[in-house]
Amino acid sequence: MARLEITGVSKQFDTTTAVADFTLEVDNGELVCLLGPSGSGKSTLLRMVGGFERPTAGSIRIDGEEIIHLPPEKRPTGMVFQSHALWTHMNVFKNIAFGLRLHHAPRDEIRRRVEAVLELVGLTGYASRLTHQLSGGQQQRVALARSLVLEPKILLLDEPFASLDQHLRERLREDVRDIQQRLGITTLFVTHGQDEALAMADRIVVMRDGRVEQVGPPSEVYRAPATPFVAGFIGQMNLLEGIIDTQVFACPGLAARIPIADGPATLAVRPEALGLSPAQGQGMGIIHRAVDYGSHVMIDVELPDGHRVKSMMPESDAWTAGRPVDFNVGTILAYRDNVLIYRGAQVEEQSRPAGRRAVRSNA
Amino acid sequence: MAALSSNRQRIDWPGIVFAMLLSTAIILPLVVVGTWAFTEIWRYPAVVPQQFGLRFWNQTLSRSDVWGALTLSLQLSTVVTLLSALICLPAAYAFARLNFPGRNILFFSFLAGHAFPKFGLLIAIAAIFLQLNLIGTFWGVVLIQLVGTLMFMIWIPVAAFQGVDRRMEEAARDAGAGPLRVFWSITLPQAGPTIVAALLLSFVGTFYETEGAWLIGAPGIRTMPVLMISFINNQMVIQYGAVLSVLLWVPSFIALMFARRVIGGSAFARGFGA
Repeated sequence: MARLEITGVSKQFDTTTAVADFTLEVDNGELVCLLGPSGSGKSTLLRMVGGFERPTAGSIRIDGEEIIHLPPEKRPTGMVFQSHALWTHMNVFKNIAFGLRLHHAPRDEIRRRVEAVLELVGLTGYASRLTHQLSGGQQQRVALARSLVLEPKILLLDEPFASLDQHLRERLREDVRDIQQRLGITTLFVTHGQDEALAMADRIVVMRDGRVEQVGPPSEVYRAPATPFVAGFIGQMNLLEGIIDTQVFACPGLAARIPIADGPATLAVRPEALGLSPAQGQGMGIIHRAVDYGSHVMIDVELPDGHRVKSMMPESDAWTAGRPVDFNVGTILAYRDNVLIYRGAQVEEQSRPAGRRAVRSNA
Repeated sequence: MAALSSNRQRIDWPGIVFAMLLSTAIILPLVVVGTWAFTEIWRYPAVVPQQFGLRFWNQTLSRSDVWGALTLSLQLSTVVTLLSALICLPAAYAFARLNFPGRNILFFSFLAGHAFPKFGLLIAIAAIFLQLNLIGTFWGVVLIQLVGTLMFMIWIPVAAFQGVDRRMEEAARDAGAGPLRVFWSITLPQAGPTIVAALLLSFVGTFYETEGAWLIGAPGIRTMPVLMISFINNQMVIQYGAVLSVLLWVPSFIALMFARRVIGGSAFARGFGA
């Protein structure tokens, strides 16, 4: 159990700023996900906590103690790497026991602790296996066991499931979350997979270009993304750019009454908040494609100006390509100057032709 | 199905011809030399020797200069390989892991010894050694043979060190190991097989090196290959040279067996960047 405080940390590589003035506090037993696209600085930040990169500025404290001057081997952190980084010239037992031997633990204690951690990660009986005899998922479990056996104050996970297939990734992330909660270990987790972050994190830190875009629990980040970038990055989102005139946001085929001041705005609607109903006549849009995912149907609807939006609907025979549909807009978000200015249902919905408006869907 | 069976039965004639030509070019001379070594009488036009025997082995092995040359060659190869490892391995690690001014030029300079006609280089070095009174001495030959091992012992270990996953080393640091412990417990075992391959090449290369040993070592220092050339040039009896040739195969044969059992072909391939 430990508390991690990162204050004003920056990292400069020559002329590139990898991390800029980053501040975050991770509470005892909390699992925080650093989420962002490639090059957003999340791995650099994790490596700075682990001691593999030295910050250009700022402070990193664990339980109030400054660790920035400590080399990796002196830090109370344990890191699990994306590539597993298992030592191929050692078997599973030796991989896990390596750190304990460095700490001069008695032979009996080493054996007991290695066996206990192997049981924890579900690999009882695998101690004598060579690492190349293990599957990708088993290798990642050994990597996790190797870190956990040393009982670090802070567990650092650097995209640990990136090299695994989807099915295994989902199973392993549940196991890791379960182990993390059982041990109550403070964890910083780097991923670029939003589903991973939403499924595992107590809080998500969305990063972009080395800066924090939003910090919050998964539900908040998903339902009230603070910026259009977060809105577009987490889950699927229809982003429509236009101008609000007398409290009406309008774009071709779609108009929504939003109680905010006139001016340019970005409207964001989740596919699940964009309901469809078969239209009588021309409709607001035409179904371009409908993909049946079993649990739901994802429908691409083409607006009159050629742009497309996504709608998530229950399975039905009504969703066939070329069919005109009307929209029933649920919760909407509106952004101006990169700030969320409205979240809620529209005040009034109407279909009317609109002037030239940009429509963008990133879904 | 028919197509499948015809594929299975298809014989790769060009491959077979190529393999046979290659085998003939390599094996035939060895068979001839090996046969001569165990021959007492073999007169033209007989295809097979008239009399086999070990007479020339007894005569060759009873010569003190043969045993002297063999001992000297083994001593030279061991000393040169160890010195080369001592000098080159830290340098190779530095080339692989550190960035310093002039790194690339210095790295490529180790190719220089192999980029020009070797004999010219040896003559130039011999002139310097003459002034340093190193001609005809053991350490003079050690020095000249060290030059020959530099490329193997720098380039191959550099590739080996570069091939070690940095994340493995970082994981060891993370587990509590200091830099020296990481090198000893992770880097070296990971790069080990390829480095052993380089040591082996270095040892065998030194054992068979002739030009440098002859030019710098003569007349005081006579290694096995130098002695063999002298036997072939000066002795009317072919068998002496043949026996020495077969004796010279022993180290490379042992080295090859060792390489097969301990290292595996992949270590050589990795050393050359495959």
